[in-house]
Amino acid sequence: MSDASELRRLMATEGDAVFENTSGFNRGRYDSVAGLSDYEGLKTEARSIKEDAIERLPELVDQLRESVEANGGTVYLADDAADANEYLRSVVSDRDAERVVKSKSMTSEELEVNEALEGDGVDVVETDLGEWVLQVADETPSHIVAPAIHKSRPEIAELFNERFDPDPPLESAAELTRFARDHLGELIEDAQVGVTGANFITADTGTMALVTSEGNARKVVSATDTHVAVAGVEKVIPSVEDLQPFVELIGRSGTGQDITSYVSLLTPPVDTPVVDFEDDETPLSEATTDRDFHLVLVDNGRMAMRDDDELRETLYCIRCSACSNSCANFQQVGGHAFGGETYSGGIATGWEAGIEGLDTAAEFNDLCTGCSRCVEACPVGIDIPWINTVVRDRINRQKGDDDRFDFLVDGLTPDEESESPPLQKRFFGNFETAAKLGSATAPLSNWMANTGVARQAMQRVLGIDPRREIPRFQRETLVEWAADREVTVTDPERSVVLYPDLYTNHVQVERGKAAVRVLEALGVDVVVPQAPSSGRAPLSQGMVTTARDHAERVADRLLPYVESGRDVVVVEPSDLAMFHREYGRLLDDDPYEQLAVNSYEVLEFVYGLLENGASTEDLRDGAGERVAYHSHCQQRTLGLEDHTVAVLERCGFDVATSDVECCGMAGSFGYKSDYYELSVAVGDELAGQFTTDDTVDRTVVASGTSCLEQLDHLLDRPSTHPVELLDGR
Amino acid sequence: MSTSPVDSLVSAVTALDVPCERTTPEQFEATLAAHVEEPAVGVGLRDQSVSLDGTAVTVDPAPAALKAAHTGVTPAAFAVADYGSIVLPSTDDGAELVSLFVDRHVAVVDANDVVPGMEAAFERFEEHVADGAGAASNIIATGPSATADMGELVLGAHGPSEVHVVVVEGDAAEVEDE
Repeated sequence: MSDASELRRLMATEGDAVFENTSGFNRGRYDSVAGLSDYEGLKTEARSIKEDAIERLPELVDQLRESVEANGGTVYLADDAADANEYLRSVVSDRDAERVVKSKSMTSEELEVNEALEGDGVDVVETDLGEWVLQVADETPSHIVAPAIHKSRPEIAELFNERFDPDPPLESAAELTRFARDHLGELIEDAQVGVTGANFITADTGTMALVTSEGNARKVVSATDTHVAVAGVEKVIPSVEDLQPFVELIGRSGTGQDITSYVSLLTPPVDTPVVDFEDDETPLSEATTDRDFHLVLVDNGRMAMRDDDELRETLYCIRCSACSNSCANFQQVGGHAFGGETYSGGIATGWEAGIEGLDTAAEFNDLCTGCSRCVEACPVGIDIPWINTVVRDRINRQKGDDDRFDFLVDGLTPDEESESPPLQKRFFGNFETAAKLGSATAPLSNWMANTGVARQAMQRVLGIDPRREIPRFQRETLVEWAADREVTVTDPERSVVLYPDLYTNHVQVERGKAAVRVLEALGVDVVVPQAPSSGRAPLSQGMVTTARDHAERVADRLLPYVESGRDVVVVEPSDLAMFHREYGRLLDDDPYEQLAVNSYEVLEFVYGLLENGASTEDLRDGAGERVAYHSHCQQRTLGLEDHTVAVLERCGFDVATSDVECCGMAGSFGYKSDYYELSVAVGDELAGQFTTDDTVDRTVVASGTSCLEQLDHLLDRPSTHPVELLDGR
Repeated sequence: MSTSPVDSLVSAVTALDVPCERTTPEQFEATLAAHVEEPAVGVGLRDQSVSLDGTAVTVDPAPAALKAAHTGVTPAAFAVADYGSIVLPSTDDGAELVSLFVDRHVAVVDANDVVPGMEAAFERFEEHVADGAGAASNIIATGPSATADMGELVLGAHGPSEVHVVVVEGDAAEVEDE
């Protein structure tokens, strides 16, 4: 696992280049998809094509084999990497090839094709300029689409000048590109075998799509007479027509280009004549078009993933890199930390768990905080955080009894896990217990928790970073406060149950009180019953069984209120996201739908009231107060940022918003010693947006507990929840 | 009246910084000359109303002449207006090589072969398959080849650094039949 020092090293050496590129791709994605008339429709179509293809995969592979053979090519279905490499070696050896030129293919990296061929004395040349840089430098990709983004132009210039000693030395990007083009061009022109990947392959015709920009894949195919395409079995889709949504989505989702320079739709063997570039006599049309084509379809764990209900969605991945670029943690550390043997970014957990195994996935899986921004970015809507959660759960179970402290475990971790996750995960997963104890013994608990001795113990035993403030528990919980209140609304417009999430109930109690008062001011009858915590905390530690137990108890507690006509209002966005997203995986359909349909984020609910006739007169007048608002990552994925902004503006506030994907705190993540510095690096992007000339004097407002904690930690001025701004008292 | 696919194509191609010119069969020779820098090679403009006869372009060159050429002229099977894309078939006369192993690629598009968007483009590919012709090999090419792998965007990676598009508009009375 990447520990604090490794992450610090990567942030220092590669972080700037990775951030500049990935955040640029991410901005490009937003701009590019905005140009589509029906982005969501295309995503839905792409998703359903993949669902259908993976469902019918064996049948499609058979059909594809017939199509390719009818075209004059050969299909080889390889069980694993060794099998695939053995076949490739035989093709290269049968052709008596001295040189193999390759275009970019992650699958060939997964198989370690280069090493296998080089072992036979074959010269293997990567022709994608990024891949070639890495081949020269003997480094691994830091990004699945742009593999060398961790290297800056001066570093590449230094590398080429040292290795090739060009005269004059190379400096500009144009000079470097020209040099690489000429150097590789010569190598391509007298190579015998061209190896490509394939982004998609259609079963009906044996047509493969290659999405590229440099033109090297075109050259690799047309300048050699033997073409080997290496692709995972999941790349097969039914028909040529099915390529359309992917062609429109893949460039936009990845690097933010509407379309890349070249989308090759090849039905090999291609008709292009095979030429000798030295030949100055034979016209092109008289040259032979005799070509060989081999399609190597690779299983290597994929068919088992197809049978795995939790990992199957991984096979829908089109390797566009949106989940890397939209990930706040990836933007800071890149794929050298946030990746396994071959794949990197959010979806890599699924790929590496399925292909390499849990141990490899465990190396980086904790870098996914479950912020869910990638779900929206993914062109096929894969629930990437869920895959990360499930794999974390499996890793926990595999780890079993490692580093347990029984004396603490018994009291503080009353979870449902049969095989124990590591202690740190159990502590954060059972945070409800600590919070209850904390409130019951406050202020003593707060005082004790922040003593040096306690913090040392927390760091040593639980890995909690001493630089973080520990939450201050309130002696009186929101539920206790509400129970003592007189009912103030006599003829209610609506009735709600305010869900006392863990933080609002025990720590940020004031925002809960403000929520009750704001709702009442708008004529809403509010009850705040005792209720279990949502299960977000255990879920984020990969403790799925415990989270399911929470979900069931929450549903049991809240649904009677729903049945009696109350809506559920939630202050903490990460808990609302549980109700709307993850409970779909944890509960039966009926209770899930009943709870999801009837639950609202508090400002979303206020927005609804205002839309239905309630008056802002009953709320505090913003009177032009300038605020800087950071919405919560999961709240944004639910599409609920705009409601808060609209309510604040209607109430007379002047609102500026952040546009970072996540604050970096992410529940327990920012407390962990291994991740503290990464968390702060992510948070600094947000803090930077709130300390510009325009924002530095604005009131800081955020919806999520974690965001508020992070902002309090990083800014000199306090932060507040939007509902507190509306509370006239 | 809505914009025609050709209008959309011209504006999308121009937005890619790709020189794009509309011409007529009568004006074709003169128009093409302005877009060709010699030495120039080409493949026959099959199925089009114009030809490369009488131009400075060497049709059906030997490979060495192709390698020495600055400009390569090929026909586009069709163009996709929304994206400013041209569809280049990999035919047995070497069109793929002529459009790729040169510094400047000039694509000649018949105005009747401009489809509005990707959906129509793929309908066209499907029709080709349904006609029993089997699936062909085509490149959907959009602007020049490019890379950002050397630290910043550079036009002209492995493929041509310049692309020009010439749209040939036939008799205006011709009815579009898509």
